[in-house]
Amino acid sequence: MDGSSCYDALILSRSRKPEFSGSVEEETATVQGNNPVCGDRVTLSLRATDGTIHAVRHQTRGCAICMASADLMAEAVTGSSITDALELGRRFADMLETPSSQNMIADEDVLPVGLQAFRPLRTHRSRLRCATLPWTALGEALTQ
Amino acid sequence: MNIAEIRAQFPILSEKVHGKPLVFLDSAASAQKPDVVIDAMAQMMRSQYANIHRGLHWMSERATEAYEVSRNRVASFLGGAREEIVFTRNSTEAINLVAYSYGSLLKPGQAVLISEMEHHANLVPWQMLRDRAGIELRVAPITDDGDLDLDAYGRLLSDGRVALVAITHMSNVLGTITPAERLVTMAHDAGAKILLDGSQAVVHRKIDVQKLGVDFYVFTGHKLYGPTGIGVLWARRELLEAMPPFMGGGDMISHVTFERSTWAPIPAKFEAGTPAIVEAIGLGTAIDWVENIGYEAIGAHEAALTAHALRVLPEVPGFSVVGKPKERGGVISFTMEDVHPHDIATLLDRNGIAVRAGHHCAEPLMHRLGLTATARASFGIYTTEEEIDTLAETLRRIRQFFV
Repeated sequence: MDGSSCYDALILSRSRKPEFSGSVEEETATVQGNNPVCGDRVTLSLRATDGTIHAVRHQTRGCAICMASADLMAEAVTGSSITDALELGRRFADMLETPSSQNMIADEDVLPVGLQAFRPLRTHRSRLRCATLPWTALGEALTQ
Repeated sequence: MNIAEIRAQFPILSEKVHGKPLVFLDSAASAQKPDVVIDAMAQMMRSQYANIHRGLHWMSERATEAYEVSRNRVASFLGGAREEIVFTRNSTEAINLVAYSYGSLLKPGQAVLISEMEHHANLVPWQMLRDRAGIELRVAPITDDGDLDLDAYGRLLSDGRVALVAITHMSNVLGTITPAERLVTMAHDAGAKILLDGSQAVVHRKIDVQKLGVDFYVFTGHKLYGPTGIGVLWARRELLEAMPPFMGGGDMISHVTFERSTWAPIPAKFEAGTPAIVEAIGLGTAIDWVENIGYEAIGAHEAALTAHALRVLPEVPGFSVVGKPKERGGVISFTMEDVHPHDIATLLDRNGIAVRAGHHCAEPLMHRLGLTATARASFGIYTTEEEIDTLAETLRRIRQFFV
């Protein structure tokens, strides 16, 4: 329908059927991210040892974008190093927050396809936080 | 009432949003402004602007007169005396003024009674007073339908310790119009004063503070087709006279030395500093404009719109209206199965339709209702049935898109 470009098919399917919901066994960190403006809440559960993220699960109460973002983030960072995951979070935020005219680096070079699905959000300023909330929570969990 | 003629007076209504005609269903957050208000403010700044109550020059005298004429308009609008009208920045500031100033007269052991359906503006200032003054804050529950539970309200008043009741006259979330006369009588019988938050109610019905019998009444200009930055506190003269000032500064004093100051008479005692002069002129003009159309016509139009909305919207698959109050104004909060309110609001926006989504500055109420967010459509004087039909049709497509 008109104006639905920010809801990529991948976002819709993951918001309906998340693949990484729940909590991990032998959890080493858990953190809750809240958006006081809209009441969205993401609870992350992860297992990270020796600088590597072995597993991430989320419990998300929020909109389609927040739900899909948490799920695709969990997928993207599973198995990666903490340093790489934090860097990925920065790039994801850059992709959303940089005006398209100034976007020098092609997102496809640096971001997994699942995260590129959020690119059209660039023109929905009021919804950016829905996509970045899980990443903010992840950053907290990894640096706490 | 000719809606086409009224709409023609609101220049913004002919704007396009994302290439679609604007369907503005967010008037409960802030209403659009008619030409007369915009023009009156611009005209004031173009031809008769100066600071008020200070200058001995012609411009200042003219500006002072215009400002005070606005106060007179507000006074006759509410049925109070001009000395009883205090201009504030908005309803929030008016309530904070009462909480700070009248609140300072309260003693530990006394209580303030609010309700479960208050906007944060009529909740947080009382929490702050509770923590500052050691008073008790009581909360009257609502029924599942979204009406105030009058039995519980009576019980909470029964020990005679409630010094002040502060309750909404119309809920910004549920649309509930509270039974004001009844609440006032019950409060007074229990020895309490009562403040009504009229931010929403004043847009939809004639307010007469004498008839209501209330002690404090607050509203804001920007929901009443006036500008932002101007609100009103009406309070009984004897209350205002007994209350200490809220903010100190120029205009609110009678005499100042380094040792001490004495206060100006009411209402100046509560208006420290240069006020929102231009905005007061805008509010006065908005009130004239509203009264010229008449509350009878406004009420009939909004009742028809609300009835129409409650007929067509529930036919949308998965749609549910939040709350079923006995008496309601033109505010409808809703949810749709399988679609989050923010996703609803985003897709409505991309189709030109402005609604609000979220907790509507009433988080405890959302919690009471077992919700985290709703979408809300609210109607104004310029809203048409066709716009509500467009909303219903677009909601249908949104639901199809997500499910």
